[in-house]
Amino acid sequence: MRGLGLILIVMTSFFFTGIVFRTKSLFAGRKGRGIFQPMKDIWRLFQKGSVYSQTSSFIFRIAPNIYFASIVIAIMLIPFGDQKGVFSFNCDFVFFAYILAVGKFLNIIGALDTGSSFEGMGASREALYSLLAEPAFFILMGSFALLTGYTSFADIFASIHFGSSISYAIGVLASFVLVIIAMIENSRMPVDDPKTHLELTMIHEVMILDNSGFDLGLIFYATNLKFAMYGAIIANLFLTPGKEWYYSVPIFIAVQTLFAIVVGTLESFMARFRMNHNPQFIFTLTSISLLIFLTVLLVAGKIL
Amino acid sequence: MSLVICILCITAFFVLLVGFLKEMWSANFALVAVLINAGISSYMAFNAVTGQSYQEIISGGSIFGDIPIRIDALSGWFILMMNFTVLTGILYGRRYMKLYENKSGAIQLHFIGFIINHFSMIGIFCVQNSLAFLYVWEVMALSSFILIIFEYKKPETLKAGINYLIQSHICILFITVGLIWVSSRTNSYDFNAIGQYSASVSPALSSLLFLIFFIGFAIKAGFVPFHTWLPYAHPVAPSHVSGVMSGVMIKLGIFGILRMLLLVNQNYLSIGYFILIVSLISGVYGVILAIVQHDLKKLLAYHSIENIGIIGMGIGLGAIGIGIQNPYLAFAGFAGALLHTLNHSLFKSLLFYGAGTIYQAIHTLNIDSMGGLIKKMPQTAILFLIAAMAISGLPPFNGFVSEFLIYQGFFEGIHLGSILLTTVLIISIVALVLIGGLALLCFTKAFGIIFLGQERKEFDHEVHEAETSKLLPGYLVVLFILIIGLFPQMFVKLLINPVRLFTGSLDVASPILMMTDSLQSISLVAWSFLLAIAGIAVIKLFVSQNRQTVVSPTWGCGYVAPNSRMQYTASSYVRTYRKLIGPLLLMNKREVAIEGVFSSPIHSETHPYDKVEATFIDVPLKFLYAILARVRFLQTGNVRHYILYGVLFIFIIVTFSLLNVAWVYLVDLLKQI
Repeated sequence: MRGLGLILIVMTSFFFTGIVFRTKSLFAGRKGRGIFQPMKDIWRLFQKGSVYSQTSSFIFRIAPNIYFASIVIAIMLIPFGDQKGVFSFNCDFVFFAYILAVGKFLNIIGALDTGSSFEGMGASREALYSLLAEPAFFILMGSFALLTGYTSFADIFASIHFGSSISYAIGVLASFVLVIIAMIENSRMPVDDPKTHLELTMIHEVMILDNSGFDLGLIFYATNLKFAMYGAIIANLFLTPGKEWYYSVPIFIAVQTLFAIVVGTLESFMARFRMNHNPQFIFTLTSISLLIFLTVLLVAGKIL
Repeated sequence: MSLVICILCITAFFVLLVGFLKEMWSANFALVAVLINAGISSYMAFNAVTGQSYQEIISGGSIFGDIPIRIDALSGWFILMMNFTVLTGILYGRRYMKLYENKSGAIQLHFIGFIINHFSMIGIFCVQNSLAFLYVWEVMALSSFILIIFEYKKPETLKAGINYLIQSHICILFITVGLIWVSSRTNSYDFNAIGQYSASVSPALSSLLFLIFFIGFAIKAGFVPFHTWLPYAHPVAPSHVSGVMSGVMIKLGIFGILRMLLLVNQNYLSIGYFILIVSLISGVYGVILAIVQHDLKKLLAYHSIENIGIIGMGIGLGAIGIGIQNPYLAFAGFAGALLHTLNHSLFKSLLFYGAGTIYQAIHTLNIDSMGGLIKKMPQTAILFLIAAMAISGLPPFNGFVSEFLIYQGFFEGIHLGSILLTTVLIISIVALVLIGGLALLCFTKAFGIIFLGQERKEFDHEVHEAETSKLLPGYLVVLFILIIGLFPQMFVKLLINPVRLFTGSLDVASPILMMTDSLQSISLVAWSFLLAIAGIAVIKLFVSQNRQTVVSPTWGCGYVAPNSRMQYTASSYVRTYRKLIGPLLLMNKREVAIEGVFSSPIHSETHPYDKVEATFIDVPLKFLYAILARVRFLQTGNVRHYILYGVLFIFIIVTFSLLNVAWVYLVDLLKQI
């Protein structure tokens, strides 16, 4: 059952953004749309025709394809509890990060392909911010490798168990880091506001100004998948190994839902940072993962 | 007749042929010479890599003594890598130099330099006699100097060339000191004497010996802070020369370091830490500066420093692995370093060929005046894109494979050793991640600004795609990039013999198995990735079959008269980054403040400069000038005075040796008393 994780992530992606929107609308005192509405929007986009910029070349047309494919492959690397992902090998999390970077590369040059003055802005920010967020993820995985002695997603998550209180601290900190990484990678609130309508202050949205139709649908759905993917990584921290599927599947769904609600809550109560404060904020993430690293050093008995 | 003599004769024959026949034939003769030399040496090298070392001793008379020619697996690996890049280099170069035919008298000299340079590089990889090694190294330095200053009429070319000449001789100085030190103590020029000597002296002395060699070879390789010649020499050289220089010539330094690591007996653990930290700084510093460059070739030159850093990280990791007797770390480190050496030679030469094609199409290398070239030069654009993604270490291309090997070593090592090792490794991981991220920023900038968008500058000539024969070497390189990226497990098998030289008695069978296993998975995932892309493309084609596709202007936020100057430029793309990293950079900015409500046009210029160069080269140079200024009166320009100096010099030498004899006599006398 290697594909169980994949199926669950795809299922979660259908309602994840719906829950985020619903949470936001409830906090704002509105009734809000149904939780499957974002998926319906995407379905409608898939059926539409496209408008291409006359400046753009074939790069612009293949970029969304590759971006989407990179996320699909990345999801296939995520394990589910002690069941391996579709692909599992040594240091697969390195491949995970790099395959996401491929998608980002194409996304960025796709934005530059339109020759727009706005899209370059978004591209520049996206490249910089994801670069700053990357070390945090690697330090986190390095800490896990140190803690468990394994170097692949599946082995690490299969052998993390929560015993002492200090390992709970690691779990909480790790979830925090992963949530923030997910927010940065998906261009959500404290860093980027997807609902803003000023091109100068957007990051991800401004990069896809010229995408339309099927391409835009792919990009939107990729965002949903990406959210569910990070949710799955977080859920993996809490899936106790050796448990039957009827425990782990509900835990998985619960963690994902909770994650979506947290995202919605964060977006309801936080304002976007000023652009020039973003790098500092993203870099604090690295210091938090360094904290995890020190804690793990403590647990592993390398210091003291 | 031995193969070595054979190569020597072929080289001499073709040098004469190029020198005395018509200029228009010289490129083809050079190609034939390179082909024959590459063929012979590759045959021996391939045998060496697959397990059969080659050894031959030629007599060098009373001066050199016996000259051992040894091609072991390490030399073999480097020779194979070097031959391929030199071959694509000459294939590209013969088209590139077409434009200069009958305009410059230096073409024949250039191709003679190219043949001799290739010959000397083969020599460096296999000659194992100290004195002969210094000779071939000097031949390499001089011939590459000639290659660099092809356009000697431009003052900046000559200046960069002389800079290169001086720095490469400082490099030779260090190597000479090391080699003479050993041979004066052992009375043998054979490289094996280095190993015997260093085993017989104290560890501190042996480390000092390694350090001298390391500095010498590091200048050639371009480790920070010895990198300052690179960003000058690469941009002024013709593109195929830059490609060969960056692809293989700086790897001579890496080869030297690896060779000395094999020969000099030392504490592998501490030397591993040392190399790892130097390389870490080189890697990060190189890419930090690469991003802010406006000159395409200078940007690529700084990336060479970054990649040398990555190779060095692999070497450091491998040395640490041997130090703590862990075969996995040792294998991952050395295999990663050697494979990255090959990978870098592939994508870097391809990038330089691309830069050359662009330069000959638009006659500028300033990134900010390019734009929209993908429509005029689609094939060059695709080649450049593949190389750019490969150098950023992205799958499914080759750069990822070697970085992945090094990553595996890092992560495996984290839970092995002491807290020191763990901390150093986690810092190295962060450095490698940052290098990857910064390279992505740099190459999205380079590719995006050069090829995409609209033209930023009007050219008064037509810009068109290069002819097929000029693109062909690029396609050859891409073929290898893809093979390594999609079937990495094959190359690990080739690496077993070179790496075994380093790991010695460690049992590397199980790491090889694990590496092959994970690389097989990488290959599988890479193929699935391509399959996924194709699948989505098919779905898209199927879905949008009956849908309307409209072409219209780029969204301009309601503004109806956008022009190409409103696009993002290379400088504005990296502006946020530049502000963030400001303290590490030295940006010479010339800007006039805006005055009044209706200001006149103002200009703003930025010239990135190297802080390390300003500190380690410029400041000492200033002092040197100050000291030398005091003895400037000696330089009168009068020939008679110079003859006087010569006579004085000979007189002093003779006096000294006489005094020396007198001194010995005196000491003997005193002893007798």
